[in-house]
Amino acid sequence: MKELDALRSELMTAVKDAAGLDELEQIRVSALGKKGRITELMRGLGAMNPEARKEAGQALNALKNEVAEAIEEKKRTSADSELDARLAGERVDVTLPVRPESQGCIHPISQTIDEVVAILGEMEFSVVEGPDIEDDWHNFTALNIPPDHPARQQHDTFYLPGSGNDDRLVLRTHTSPVQIRTMMETEPPIRIIVPGRTYRCDYDATHSPMFHQVEGLVVDETTHMGHLKGCLIEFCRAFFDMDDLPVRFRPSYFPFTEPSAEVDIGCTREGGEFRIGHGDDWLEILGCGMVNPKVLENCNIDPAKYQGFAFGLGIERMAMLKYGIPDLRTFFESDLRWLRHYGFSALQVPSMVGGL
Amino acid sequence: MKFTFGWLKEHLDTKATLDEVVEKLTMIGLEVDQVHDRAKDLDGFVAARVVEAKKHPDADKLTVCQVDTGTETFEVVCGAPNARTGLIGVFAGSGSYIPGTGITLKPTEIRGVVSNGMLLSEKEVNLSDDHDAIIELPDDTALGSPAADSLGLSDPVIEIEITPNRGDCLGVRGIARDLAAAGVGTLKPLDRDPVPGTFESPIKVHLDFDKGTEDACPYFVGRFIRGVNNGESPKWLKDKLTAIGLRPISALVDITNLMTMDLGRPLHVFDAAKVEGDLHIRLSKKGEKIMALDGKEYELDGGMTVIADEKKAEALGGVIGGEETGCTEGTVDVFVESAFFDPVRTAMTGRKLNILSDARYRFERGIDPAFLVDGMEIATRLVMDLCGGKPSELVIAGGEPKWQQSITLRPERIENFGGVKVAKKKITDILSGLGFEAKGSKNGLNVSVPSWRSDIVGEACLVEEVVRIFGYDNIPAVPMDGNGGLPHPALSPDQRRRAMARRLLAGRGLVEAVTYSFLGGAEAALFGGGGESLKLINPISADLDVMRPSLLPNLIAAAARNAARGTADARLFEIGPTFSGVKPDEQAMAGAGIRSGLSGARNWAEKPRPVDVFDAKGDVLAVLGGLGVAVEKTEIAPEAPDWYHPGHSGVVRLGPKTVLAYFGEIHPRVLKDMDVDGPMAGFEIIFDNLPKLKEKKSKARPHLELSQFHAVERDFAFVVDSGVTAAQVINAAEKADKKLIAQVSLFDVFEGGDLGEGKKSLAVNVVLQPVEKTLTDAEIDAIAEKVVANVTKATGGVLRG
Repeated sequence: MKELDALRSELMTAVKDAAGLDELEQIRVSALGKKGRITELMRGLGAMNPEARKEAGQALNALKNEVAEAIEEKKRTSADSELDARLAGERVDVTLPVRPESQGCIHPISQTIDEVVAILGEMEFSVVEGPDIEDDWHNFTALNIPPDHPARQQHDTFYLPGSGNDDRLVLRTHTSPVQIRTMMETEPPIRIIVPGRTYRCDYDATHSPMFHQVEGLVVDETTHMGHLKGCLIEFCRAFFDMDDLPVRFRPSYFPFTEPSAEVDIGCTREGGEFRIGHGDDWLEILGCGMVNPKVLENCNIDPAKYQGFAFGLGIERMAMLKYGIPDLRTFFESDLRWLRHYGFSALQVPSMVGGL
Repeated sequence: MKFTFGWLKEHLDTKATLDEVVEKLTMIGLEVDQVHDRAKDLDGFVAARVVEAKKHPDADKLTVCQVDTGTETFEVVCGAPNARTGLIGVFAGSGSYIPGTGITLKPTEIRGVVSNGMLLSEKEVNLSDDHDAIIELPDDTALGSPAADSLGLSDPVIEIEITPNRGDCLGVRGIARDLAAAGVGTLKPLDRDPVPGTFESPIKVHLDFDKGTEDACPYFVGRFIRGVNNGESPKWLKDKLTAIGLRPISALVDITNLMTMDLGRPLHVFDAAKVEGDLHIRLSKKGEKIMALDGKEYELDGGMTVIADEKKAEALGGVIGGEETGCTEGTVDVFVESAFFDPVRTAMTGRKLNILSDARYRFERGIDPAFLVDGMEIATRLVMDLCGGKPSELVIAGGEPKWQQSITLRPERIENFGGVKVAKKKITDILSGLGFEAKGSKNGLNVSVPSWRSDIVGEACLVEEVVRIFGYDNIPAVPMDGNGGLPHPALSPDQRRRAMARRLLAGRGLVEAVTYSFLGGAEAALFGGGGESLKLINPISADLDVMRPSLLPNLIAAAARNAARGTADARLFEIGPTFSGVKPDEQAMAGAGIRSGLSGARNWAEKPRPVDVFDAKGDVLAVLGGLGVAVEKTEIAPEAPDWYHPGHSGVVRLGPKTVLAYFGEIHPRVLKDMDVDGPMAGFEIIFDNLPKLKEKKSKARPHLELSQFHAVERDFAFVVDSGVTAAQVINAAEKADKKLIAQVSLFDVFEGGDLGEGKKSLAVNVVLQPVEKTLTDAEIDAIAEKVVANVTKATGGVLRG
């Protein structure tokens, strides 16, 4: 038994002192391998008498397990310390910048249109579109703007040759011709909004030759001016995210609506700073009115039976007011610095549920 | 339209304050643009007498004045030549702000004499440009009284915007009538008593129109006034005109301006001595010329209404008078015209000749056809009051055009159209206040429209009149009627797809731009456009004159502009219309993007490379895939339009004809023609060509079968001719076993080495996905052999050794 104690002590010391996994493996082979010292001793058991064999066998097995466990334990700890040592040498400068990524964004015009659609979609308006190149009839005549009407001169129309002087084509001066196209094709009830590009032959600090409007049209048997007010007050308050935004309706004139109104929202210019909301001043933001019965007639809709309202608002103007964009012309300059500053994340999808 | 508060009150008996009137004007549709309270600018300036004026001891041109404001005396140094003892001027003390020069006064020593204030010139109070003399007030002006009063500036000027339908409010009286109807005071009566004529006018008037054109001037009232003295207008008249920005000229001219602004009744006064024979109202002949009162000669088209004498055209009816028969200081006998010119022809004449006049502005919006004689009588009285003279009997040609109309108003329409309940009595009160006559009838109210409201054409107009005066504020806001449930999607499937594409591209790092729908003809031509039919007749500039055939040129130009500003490597996209013709179906919705310069910014981790065709292809496939297009079913071929690099570009097609998208590097020659630096890679997606989504299609996905057996991968490298495409190899490999081959992907392309000229090696990875049982080695080998055989057959390629 003394021999075994000496062997145990020798092996355990060797394991304890082993430097690295390779040396441990050598110790394991020399002790527990096919020709290892413990293996050899176990092989010698066969020559003993049964009683001695039992005793020596138990002792040898215990030694074998003890050594094997010690080796495993030592393996684990030295693997850990080897990994620690390696990782310690692998330190990088985490203040280095990341690999370049390009950040895209959504133009404020698209975002604003999406917001308008999100709000009015809740009121069951659906989105329709129409051509940018229009004929005179859809853009003017059908909207009760006859050729010599003074209102036509206010439109600064772009013209295209068409097939002759009599049917000159125009770039639509408003999105209203889509009202006409919709009414010509659809039976009431109609509840649509029309976002799109519009064009006027004018360019200065406050005019762009191209801009965007959203037109709205409701035609059914019962909608009246009270609904017009309800719809647009709700819209303005949702758009500007201000539950108590003052909204006022003022009589005005558009050939295609009767009665007509312009809509102002409350604002203040106190201290030279412009702010939307309660204040001593008003700001005009959109035009609207009850669809002129003549327009319904022009679209073969019986004005004795049907009525409704229409409105039109300028997208750039709404975006400028809401997001504090100072200059209309910058919308179309495609300056990346501007686009990134005023743009929106791709994932910022406006909805009434998720917010505008 | 400008007028003063005091002027308004000549027609309106009211106790309302300026603020109340201004608020009401806006709320009945006469939108107040601004109110200019000129007295505020002159606050503190008072009338003061120069009690002593002595020459400055040290300066020849300066006077030292003792100025008495009634309560105090100030010493003032004055440089004006008219400064003298006894003069009553306008005094501003130290500390006052002088509006005309923007200076705040302080006591100043001028060559040894301290000046404690200033005697003001007209320029200094913004009355005129006269800066030489100081203002001289009438001798009876009370010392210390506000200068604004004696200068006629105490009356605030109101400027309102009149919508094109309200010609009747282009005279102060019309505005007063609207206010009275809205409860702000009462309309004062107008003195329209006839002035008896004492002789027959030596000038007669003839309406010489061919049949069918009589409406150009159906009615003309004239009057000869003998022996007038056309001097300066009295102060009250000059003040009125000056207040609204008109320059007083002479009494006769000022009277016509007053009639225009006060009553919306433009008149013209001919110097009778310069008129040859009678007046003939007729249409102009082409090429006829007229020297107008604005000092310009106009050559007329045929069909413009002129007032001619026996020799030639002397005035353009409703637009402008002629210089030759205009009134001067020496005018003795005059012929006054009060006529009705048709709005359409007047507008056309004014537009063609580009003449904007107060008369045209009113005639084209429609003047009161029943106010010709009254207008003439009022004007006659003014002429006699200011210039003397004896009036003739009226000369009347033609007759009042029919303006009478009556419209039925169902009172309930105020509520179910106008949205507000108004009592019947209130309805009739509002209408009669506006000059309508409303009588009850079986169907509702029978409403006669007054002569000055040619804009009223139907029941809706009457609803507007009632509701506008009753107040839009009083209409209760009502929520929109719903269907009682949740709203349907607002967007159609196509619209939704475009909206998704927009956010998809932004998510891939592209920045959305919105560019003009037009561009220069040369750029358009580079992208297959530029045809005459899409060229604007009146562009704002020559480089914005053609409707765009593609979104790319604007994006390329934008990328170049950004590069010039120092933002290189632009990634831009746009979604919007393109135009191949003028018809609605020749307008297509497209999405396009541009990547320019390098793949990324210079950085420590990886070396940026120039952008190339595969960047663009990646964008296209990501969008198409993201929109649910079965990308694997599309064909990609090296056939893109001319503006792409011919070897580095392609088309994505569905079937032989339907082009979904183009992509590639932009042709270097196109970049050079546009004067921009490359490389640029771009794409164009034609949304209208994407397979239509059916709205009612089931949303259910196909059944998903997940195999529980391990997939097996095998790599193959084929040596093929350089003309063979990756797609050919992949397709052939896929067909080897459609059931078991789940995926074939190309992972290496190699040219050169020992392959030899005209050859290349394409390496593909084939994934076999067993579905029923694990594959044996023999089965795998069999499929591998089939893959090789298929590729060899299809491409002539051989397995690389």
